[in-house]
Amino acid sequence: MKALIETIVTPLIDYPADLHVEVEETDAKIRYHITVNENDVGKVIGKNGRIAKAVRTVVHAAHSNTDKKVYVDIM
Amino acid sequence: MREITASGQTVEEAKENALKQLNLNEEQVIVDVIDEGKRGILGMFGSKRAYVKVTEKEDALQTGKTYLLDVAHEMGIENIDIEVSQQEQEMKFDFVGDKLGMLIGKRGQTINALQYLTNLVVNKNQETYFTVVVDAENYRQRRQDTLENLANNLAKKATRLNQEVKIEPMPSFERKVIHTALHDHSEVSTYSDGRDPHRRVVIKPNTME
Repeated sequence: MKALIETIVTPLIDYPADLHVEVEETDAKIRYHITVNENDVGKVIGKNGRIAKAVRTVVHAAHSNTDKKVYVDIM
Repeated sequence: MREITASGQTVEEAKENALKQLNLNEEQVIVDVIDEGKRGILGMFGSKRAYVKVTEKEDALQTGKTYLLDVAHEMGIENIDIEVSQQEQEMKFDFVGDKLGMLIGKRGQTINALQYLTNLVVNKNQETYFTVVVDAENYRQRRQDTLENLANNLAKKATRLNQEVKIEPMPSFERKVIHTALHDHSEVSTYSDGRDPHRRVVIKPNTME
């Protein structure tokens, strides 16, 4: 699922080499932590967090078969 | 994306040379003139060659299709393809396959998110702006029918109660369906209220002040 986030985010940003996704998984939850180049922050968050929300929506849809809570943090 | 610099006696010739090397036609590239060159006297003395930089345009349609397919695969959806069509500035990506429910999501929230992201990706390096529509299993048409029904029912309700009726918040292209459906209605008018993402259509009876 880490690959999913990379697939979604890479084409949106200008410095793909600086994209890092960390995964932290416990019994009850999965937490993804996305970091990007500081010049790309706006491109993954968007006005009023609109892009971040779209990314979360797609990631959540992909996890619909687990019972774990899914979090997507940016920066 | 490929890009080369080419030269020639004139700008026109330099451009042709570049296109030949890239094996592309004029519509597939962006041409920047670096140096217009000079003809010189009798075409011999003091002449300077013309230089142009030619960059291949990204095929936005292909970019969008690849993006959506990659994301769908990573979501774990197999046996899926996309039918692409373009009408002027509107691009349509239609998912074909089975088990597309996961891509649509509750009230289309997943497909709307994918549509928004694809819009960003397609328009990232383009001079012209494209509208992107992502569809699956004829969802957009079904949704339009549902919204038109809803609009008509709530218009009746508004007239009957002689009160404004607020519809739940929805994205702009769905609000437009409601406005359009009730545009010629004789007893009600519509307007939108609030700020995105909570902006919603309000149906107002014409008898109300």
